[in-house]
Amino acid sequence: MKMDLIQPFINAADAVLAETLRCSTRIGDISMDEDAYRRKGMAALINVQGDIEGRVIFDIESPTAARVASALAGQEVPESDEMVKETVCELANLVIGNAITSLNDQGFRFKIMPPEVHSAEEGLKGSEDTEALVLYFETPAGNVYMNIAMRYNRRRRTERQMAPA
Amino acid sequence: MEQFPALIRSKDKMPVRYLVVDDSIFARKNLTRMIETFGGQVAGEAGDGCTAITEYDRTQPDIVLMDITMPQMEGIEAAERIVRQHPDARIVMVSSVGYQENIVAALQKGARHFVQKPVKPEVLYEVVKYVLGDDAVTLATAAAGAGEATQ
Repeated sequence: MKMDLIQPFINAADAVLAETLRCSTRIGDISMDEDAYRRKGMAALINVQGDIEGRVIFDIESPTAARVASALAGQEVPESDEMVKETVCELANLVIGNAITSLNDQGFRFKIMPPEVHSAEEGLKGSEDTEALVLYFETPAGNVYMNIAMRYNRRRRTERQMAPA
Repeated sequence: MEQFPALIRSKDKMPVRYLVVDDSIFARKNLTRMIETFGGQVAGEAGDGCTAITEYDRTQPDIVLMDITMPQMEGIEAAERIVRQHPDARIVMVSSVGYQENIVAALQKGARHFVQKPVKPEVLYEVVKYVLGDDAVTLATAAAGAGEATQ
């Protein structure tokens, strides 16, 4: 997996978390993973289709998600509350949207699907082309995990390049 | 959250009425809190483009804050349909996906402006003020105007 595909997601997550939580963040361990994904807490999955294809899982441990939701809502939100799920989905949306904006400005064309809550204990498995990059951000509210599996859709890119202007 | 000089409608000095369209309840709540700090009033909410169209007809808001990526019908298509029916509709697209093509497409379909998420309240406030133009004034301006008229 090319780092130039991944870097916009890392930059976007860093910027969005810092902006929404109004704090500084630090990137923890980064590793590549070909094993099936095992979620940590409340997870949102967003699929990407087009010149680049794949998916991003945005995963927050439930107590952390509740703290983040409470901070953003300006009032105490219990772990079981629907707002916690909504918060994770919206944060995922913000991160992926901002990353997509950056990649689109580099000439890649694609579409993102609305986030869906990822509830299976084990998620989509990476493949040779789509091994996942796993990283987390340390925030004052707790850790925020991302699992990114992306690959170039070579056929789509070739078709577009060959099409008459 | 920071409080802004209240924006009211020039014609009747009532709060500006907003339609908030976003599939995320979290995003709608967040926008609603911002609108309250602008002195505005949420006239209606919708979680997808189809509902946005019916809610627009029902509530006749002064301005619409519209997400782009939504289930059933996306925001740009909903904006186009609303503007086709109501050419004076003021729609501001609010989305995390802010690349050039998306912005141009939205503006071509009739949206008046674009604000990228995460939304900064001070940016949204200025955009709302700009899009409403002479149809909205700050409460302080209205009061000053009323004072002059009395004298």
